[in-house]
Amino acid sequence: MKATSHAFVDNAHAALGDGQLRRALGNIETGFQRKRAAAKLGLPEFEALRDQAKAIKDHTLAHLDLYLERFETQVHAAGGQVHWARTTDEARQSVLDICRQAGARSVLKGKSMVSEEMGLNDFLQDNGVRPIETDLGEYIIQLRREPPSHIIAPALHLNKEQIADSFRDAHPQFPAERPLSEPRQLVDEARSVLRDAFLKAEVGITGANFLVAETGSTIIVTNEGNGDLTQTLSRVHIVVASIEKVVPTLEDATTLLRLLSRSATGQEFSAYTTLSTGPRRPDDPDGPEAFHVVILDNGRSALLGTPAQDTLRCIRCGACMNHCPIFAAVGGHPYGWAVPGPIGAALNPGLIGIEEAHHLPHASTFCGRCESVCPMKIPLPKIMRHWREKAFEKDMMGTVPRLALWAWAWAAKRPRLYRWTTGPMMAVLGRLGRRKGRFRSVPLAGGWTRHRDFPAPQGQTFQQAWAAHQRGARRKGQ
Amino acid sequence: MGAARQGIFESLRRSIGRDAAADAVAAVDERLNRHPRGLVPALTRVGGAAAVDLFIEKARKVAATVERLDAFDAIPAAAARRLAEWNLPAKLRLAPGMANGRVDWASSPMLETATGPSRGEDLATLTGASAGVAETGTLIITSGPDHPTTLNFLPLGHLVVLSVRDIVPAYEDAWDLLRAAGPMPRTVNMITGPSRTGDIEQTIQLGAHGPLRLHILLIDEG
Amino acid sequence: MTTSHVPAGAHPNDGHAGPRVGLFVTCLVDLFRPTVGFATVALLERAGCRVEVPRHQTCCGQPAYNSGDRKEAAAIARQVIAAFDGYDHVVVPSGSCAGMLRVHYPSLFEDDPDWGPRAQDLAGRTHELTSFLVDVTGVQAVNDQRHDATVTYHDACSGLRELRVKAQPRQLLASVAGLTLLELPDTETCCGFGGTFCVKYPEISDRMVTEKAEMVASTGADTLLAGDLGCLMNLSGKLHRLGKAVSARHVAEVLAGMTDVPPIGAADGGDRR
Repeated sequence: MKATSHAFVDNAHAALGDGQLRRALGNIETGFQRKRAAAKLGLPEFEALRDQAKAIKDHTLAHLDLYLERFETQVHAAGGQVHWARTTDEARQSVLDICRQAGARSVLKGKSMVSEEMGLNDFLQDNGVRPIETDLGEYIIQLRREPPSHIIAPALHLNKEQIADSFRDAHPQFPAERPLSEPRQLVDEARSVLRDAFLKAEVGITGANFLVAETGSTIIVTNEGNGDLTQTLSRVHIVVASIEKVVPTLEDATTLLRLLSRSATGQEFSAYTTLSTGPRRPDDPDGPEAFHVVILDNGRSALLGTPAQDTLRCIRCGACMNHCPIFAAVGGHPYGWAVPGPIGAALNPGLIGIEEAHHLPHASTFCGRCESVCPMKIPLPKIMRHWREKAFEKDMMGTVPRLALWAWAWAAKRPRLYRWTTGPMMAVLGRLGRRKGRFRSVPLAGGWTRHRDFPAPQGQTFQQAWAAHQRGARRKGQ
Repeated sequence: MGAARQGIFESLRRSIGRDAAADAVAAVDERLNRHPRGLVPALTRVGGAAAVDLFIEKARKVAATVERLDAFDAIPAAAARRLAEWNLPAKLRLAPGMANGRVDWASSPMLETATGPSRGEDLATLTGASAGVAETGTLIITSGPDHPTTLNFLPLGHLVVLSVRDIVPAYEDAWDLLRAAGPMPRTVNMITGPSRTGDIEQTIQLGAHGPLRLHILLIDEG
Repeated sequence: MTTSHVPAGAHPNDGHAGPRVGLFVTCLVDLFRPTVGFATVALLERAGCRVEVPRHQTCCGQPAYNSGDRKEAAAIARQVIAAFDGYDHVVVPSGSCAGMLRVHYPSLFEDDPDWGPRAQDLAGRTHELTSFLVDVTGVQAVNDQRHDATVTYHDACSGLRELRVKAQPRQLLASVAGLTLLELPDTETCCGFGGTFCVKYPEISDRMVTEKAEMVASTGADTLLAGDLGCLMNLSGKLHRLGKAVSARHVAEVLAGMTDVPPIGAADGGDRR
């Protein structure tokens, strides 16, 4: 997809002014945070599982070539095919070729963040294959021609009234006056519309939460059942996945599964966890006749061995964004790429370049809540800091902030001079601010005082006051 | 495609910078062959009746309904009762494994049955499950001649027959059974409650695309 | 200076042989609120420590470190490490700056054979004020303090998550007579200060601090306390701008009984807002 991360500030500005969005984002706390906290409490081994999960992925990443090779061998053994793609261009061309071979005019899609990364829908559409999103959230945003704003809740940014409006526009087959004010009515309408699409399925595309090297299986974790209908009713099942999705064994996948739903939605287990291995067997009564796995690199292999490697442990649960105060303020869209939130801030600079993504690692207070809830213990602030260092090395800071930082550091490294200059400065500020105790505006600090008062200093610096205090004490002692 | 594969693996090996390749291959083979278990939660340290109770408790927690029966013969009448409770017609599509097995469907002449995969017109289906995982009340249903996968997802009401003997404490126990049963089937469905979505303002709605209702017939022949 | 920030209660060390503590005062306390420094000294001395304030300190280096300027951050860190050589403990009235010394200095010098061990050594001796009092000196209560107020407490992020400071300030506050603590509804959420963040992304920061300030006001407390002056300046600035009648103080001021000076951002005398 085309990244708009460089426009983060403008897009965040627009998001902050959007009252509808603010109301929708208000659902995060009850919808995600509390449920996760309860699920964590319900599993005493949660913290120990985090350590194990991290170890599983670290081991896998250190042997990624070998596990991917084994995965490929096992897919072949089960009668499936593997297609490797260095870039998103190669990946979507692979998908298009398979669709054309199958003579498909439309494809059904389960939710896949890698397909968002590939910009697959627009590409297929431009090439005469109509993509139909089947996950309810994805279906809604497809109708509205919007990108997802959250990796597990793509329509998180919308309220039910907006969704009802979209359904009225998109579904003229139903009576115009039908009631659509309740979530139940919206779900039922989507179910009936998409049911027709499922029954006419030709090619079904799903993502994968995990690829299992031991068995050549792909795993999807869903709640709606759309992913299963997509892959079971289609003649051809295409799985799109990125290289870091592979895990060694079913047992390893299990450890990660115990964390995934609890971290994501606060469920102990999602409604549907499905392992798919090859196409239907000769005596199977249903299932796809062909099974393809398209495996995308898109810069990930180059992140191995760098400080950003740990981002490849991510299992896309969304807990980091569900607990991020920046995400809660602006939503997912301003991040400008497939993966928003803290994991986007840590991962995207490595995939789309620090020039495009430089705002993302800076737009953090380093409050650390993301890392504290990450089931894979990804040190998200540390990786964001790594990207800030890269941006600094590339001189992307801007002249004024850079000069200010330089001047501050110059003084901070000279304590005596620092005391000589800060003492009189604080004395002046303290005197100016004494009447009210604060300022409504301060030159060069408009960013602060536009929104809040600036507390005036007490006047004396501590170093001055302490020195005076010590002198006084010595005199008394004489 | 060959070039892409080669490019990716070259990049991987360059980044990983591994020197002792033989050791690495041995470590990977060892893990794959031995597939060691990780930490299995203590709540799964239950057996027998306690495991069955845990399964029932967890399944109910995710909005499945569970009914205990003392014989396979009791299934048709129980299924008919359940369909009536759901206000669905007395029509049921059966998985072949359930049509040809130990159940005498002729014993319930009021219940109209059909057998084989669904094309979407069936409001209710009945399938077997190869295992139940007590840990989260999860059904394991594998595809095969006896088990069309479409029956698990297309109906509004899904009835699943599970023998208490097939209830295992943890997912890992189910993997052991699966490995013992032969090559991986095309599809292994782990089903935990009926279909649901939270995509509209994060309110949970059941029956998004898959079944609105999931009823488990738990067979305990004593 | 007409206002003296040297409190009457601060008594110089009386020569007994308690642990020798170096006070890292932090740049914000040094420049904006010396009272916090004196309160810290008083609390440490009452806990039996001999307190010294090395002259050769300015800032912990976070502005450079968080801006990606590792080189300047390391230069400032070396200065701090050298200045605090030899103290039994280094105490900081800020979770954020203490976290910098404890957690981030070692990672700054990870591959440095000379400074790495020294950074590790300093990290092991460095403590945030309330956690030092409770966890190291074993202070259970601040005696003889009375502060008639209803307060709420903001857990600053670095202290909370990097240093696990949460119970300690509450335990000490519970020993202050007349004080009632009303907890914030969402104590884990950042106030939006974030050092340079609040000037780099002022609009986002404003949304965060607005929500936090409204939360603070919703508790009904008349005073907001916290262990970090950065958060306090941010929140008190917002509370004032919103016209909320909640004053803000560093927790050390209340624990040491030094509440005779005006709250943060309030005028001398009268103005309690």
